Amino acid sequence: MRVGVVIFPGSNCDRDAMWAVERAGAEPVELWHADADLKGADAVILPGGFSYGDYLRPGAIARFARVMGPLERFAREGGPVLGICNGFQVLCEAHLLPGALLQNRGLRFVCRRVRVRVERADTPWTAACEMGEELTLPVAHNEGNYFADPATLARLEEEGRVVLRYLENPNGSASDIAGVCSEDRNVVGMMPHPERASDPLLGSEDGLGILCSVLAGVRA
Amino acid sequence: MRVRVLVRPKQGILDPQGEAVRSALPALGFEGVRSVRVGRLIELELESDAEVEAMCRRLLANPTTEEYEWEVVG
Repeated sequence: MRVGVVIFPGSNCDRDAMWAVERAGAEPVELWHADADLKGADAVILPGGFSYGDYLRPGAIARFARVMGPLERFAREGGPVLGICNGFQVLCEAHLLPGALLQNRGLRFVCRRVRVRVERADTPWTAACEMGEELTLPVAHNEGNYFADPATLARLEEEGRVVLRYLENPNGSASDIAGVCSEDRNVVGMMPHPERASDPLLGSEDGLGILCSVLAGVRA
Repeated sequence: MRVRVLVRPKQGILDPQGEAVRSALPALGFEGVRSVRVGRLIELELESDAEVEAMCRRLLANPTTEEYEWEVVG
């Protein structure tokens, strides 16, 4: 199975994501932001970092990169897409996920491990996790404060689209939301970094389940 | 022609930057500031303002969290 990892100018978790994908048992495929196709990837990860220097707003410029055309088609056809941190911000800017990520409530860049609960195990990125399972994952972001209007929040809850919830909210996110999924459940965005918790050497393997999930759930 | 676009966090949206500035002002002796909103000023130089509205909607502002206004300034 091939898992594409998109590299924008300013991405800095791309190598980590590729390394973790390999460790999860899949073949990582580099996707350049200017590529016109997804090189046959069966799933795609938008990694963390500071695409286009975070200018304007995190993700605002990356959302119009050439590779995003084929990626949006892939996502709308049901292909599994995971956005981690800056990748989550890009997916929100691209309207593949609802809401937006605001500056952290505490005004500080937050870089530490947090406890999150897996609220949904029925997405291609959480299928290998247990419903209600608690994970310890690192976060490292300045704009991770999830915002959506009350109607959207209510819909997300009603449709079971809150995928990860903070047990200790580090950034002021609405309803402690750490990750959400699309209506079709195939597109998932999360602020925590599962790739940074994919080896005992890194202090935790709790993120490996997220990266392994897609191996089992890949569409035929 | 020059166009000035002002992008601000929507009313009701937490603006931690504005909040930090608001709490710093009294520390300098400037009392009575009830609220501060910090926005972003974008100046464009272009041939025509026909597409500025679309630029604002598609890129310069995120309508989920921000409001914008623009004017021709020269």
